[in-house]
Amino acid sequence: MGKSLQARAKKSSDQKIGSFIAVICLVVLYIFLFLLDNALPSNSTTIMLVTVLKKGAIYALVCVSMNLLNGFTGLFSLGQAGFMLIGAYAYSIFSIPAEAHASVYQYFDGGAIQFSIPESIGNVLGVNAGNFLGAILCIIIGGLVAAVFAALIGIPVLRLKSDYLAIATLGFAEIIRAIFQWNGLGKITNGSNLLRKYTNFDDIQIQVGGMVYKLDTVFPFLIATLSIVIIVLLVNSSYGRAFKSIRDDEVAAEAMGINLFKHKMLSFVISSFFAGVGGALLAMFQTTVQAMPFQSTMTYEILLIVVIGGIGSITGSCIAAFLYIACSEWWLRFLDSGSFMGMEVSFFRDGFRKVVFSVVIMVIVLFFSRGIMGNKELSFAGMVRKIRGRKAAKAAPADGPQGKEDEPHD
Amino acid sequence: MSEFLSNNLPYLLSGISVGGQYALIAIGYTMVYGILRLINFAHGDVFMVAGLIMVYATASLPIYVSVILVIVATVILGVVIEKVAYKPLRSAPRMSVMISAIGVSYLLQNCALYFTGGLPQMYPSIPFLSEQIQIGSASTKMVTIVTPILTVILVLILVTMIKRTKTGMAMRAVSRDFETSELMGIKINNVISMTFVIGCLLAAVGSLLYFTNYTSVIPTSGAMPGLKAFVAAVFGGIGSVPGAVIGAFIIGICENIIKGLGWTTFSDAFTFVLLIVILVVKPTGIFGEKSTDKV
Repeated sequence: MGKSLQARAKKSSDQKIGSFIAVICLVVLYIFLFLLDNALPSNSTTIMLVTVLKKGAIYALVCVSMNLLNGFTGLFSLGQAGFMLIGAYAYSIFSIPAEAHASVYQYFDGGAIQFSIPESIGNVLGVNAGNFLGAILCIIIGGLVAAVFAALIGIPVLRLKSDYLAIATLGFAEIIRAIFQWNGLGKITNGSNLLRKYTNFDDIQIQVGGMVYKLDTVFPFLIATLSIVIIVLLVNSSYGRAFKSIRDDEVAAEAMGINLFKHKMLSFVISSFFAGVGGALLAMFQTTVQAMPFQSTMTYEILLIVVIGGIGSITGSCIAAFLYIACSEWWLRFLDSGSFMGMEVSFFRDGFRKVVFSVVIMVIVLFFSRGIMGNKELSFAGMVRKIRGRKAAKAAPADGPQGKEDEPHD
Repeated sequence: MSEFLSNNLPYLLSGISVGGQYALIAIGYTMVYGILRLINFAHGDVFMVAGLIMVYATASLPIYVSVILVIVATVILGVVIEKVAYKPLRSAPRMSVMISAIGVSYLLQNCALYFTGGLPQMYPSIPFLSEQIQIGSASTKMVTIVTPILTVILVLILVTMIKRTKTGMAMRAVSRDFETSELMGIKINNVISMTFVIGCLLAAVGSLLYFTNYTSVIPTSGAMPGLKAFVAAVFGGIGSVPGAVIGAFIIGICENIIKGLGWTTFSDAFTFVLLIVILVVKPTGIFGEKSTDKV
């Protein structure tokens, strides 16, 4: 008895140290990002770094939201791109400035919506606060609209079993894409034309004293970290345990009194909400939105990142997302450019990077199907415990297995 | 009625033709699903690769040699995919195999993008098939007439093969129960390879017919027909060959009639609405067998 209490006390102290280190790391990260936005010189390396960090944060969020569904609830859904599309459109529609409507909606008489949320807030609180709060509000709207669509589509679709669910959600994403490109809704969605001129990352600034600071890398990180922390809290709550039990065995979960439909719906709606948020951030990143690129290929890409990270591991998804984006946008660019360390290589031309990528992905899928993290989490608490365990093991012979515990780490 | 027919005759004709092409792809899906319980997401891309092989083959070879080469190469591709990407995962969870299929699809599309340089490849016109003909008030290509006839002939041969030959019997046994049929001495791997051979052969024929109607092949041109053919397979009851064919014809005709009514944007969406409706109302499809969930 006394021993287990002691162990528990040790565990909680490990956790305290772990979360302490995590908070410090986050603070350091944010200071670094802030400096990157404001102080560091802008050369080709920092530009690449900023791009990778922004897009990586967005993809990390989208992958974690997909992991919530596929990895933790066991629902094999392929509708991610559709929900991102909804989020991106909802965001940009509500944040296009009023005077830009005439030029953006030039084929649709200036569109049906004649106001912009960032601008309305800006009129009251000043431009910078308006852009910051307005963007957050619009992102939340994007998430909510995606969640509402998810709730509607979930009623019929969530009754389906594994592969049928995959196809139905994939089909749903295609339907969404068709509807958003339809000219009948052109006054709102601008048909198949671009939406542009809305608030993007460059517009997010804060004013402290007389100085104006840019936040264009800090902002996506802020939203992504917040969202991922919420998902982690959800996964570790009693709902999260219910999700995992559904994943492991539906029939047993139902026998234990878990309302299958309710929990599946909850997971589906929450996952779609964050996919919508991710879509809104992607819209901000791209500065223009069109329905065309949100195809099934996008969902496949996200799914494959989740697989690389490990299905059922949040930290795995985050690491894989940053790795994937860094490789595809930066480190492996030379595969497309035709020269490698000064050598001219004839088969290095446009698209070769993607071929190498897909081969690597196939190797991971076939031979390392657990991905980088499997279903474990990387955490500072776990590291602290490992280090302590090693010390203890040196002092006395083995002290039992080291547990794994999750701690958000971004 | 007759007025509707004469107004919509071109759409009806192309609907029947497209339906036949979807049917040829759908058979590949339905047979693989029947035996491996796997949605072969890569099948649509195999179909696209068949189109590209035809483009590259005709650049240096006479057309009839190219046609044979396309069919042989596509079959080899399909069997290689099965051996490399699906066979090692035979005892893995179904989700892993499905992810592997998605990975293959991604790989094929990216390879196609690399080899074509992202440019649309002009599809060669096959003599005879590309000839213009006049049916009633509609002017169309010969392929419109050839497709449904060829499809029906191929399907009849296939159904006879499944019903009458030993290989067909083995296929039926494997689709009923994987383990038991293995215990009964059926060589599972041969049966699965045979399934992929048939599926890819029909997909190659389908691609010859399908792309004749279009000017060019792009890396993503397999995705949509692939998904639609899969919907057709589900609609007809997955695992059933006649079901897939009937489903494909229904989808092809409906889709083209919708286009004729001026709702082109929704012609793709219709297919998926149909899918969701059929899955909710009768998940086993028209000809599907009812399966019970065992704990």
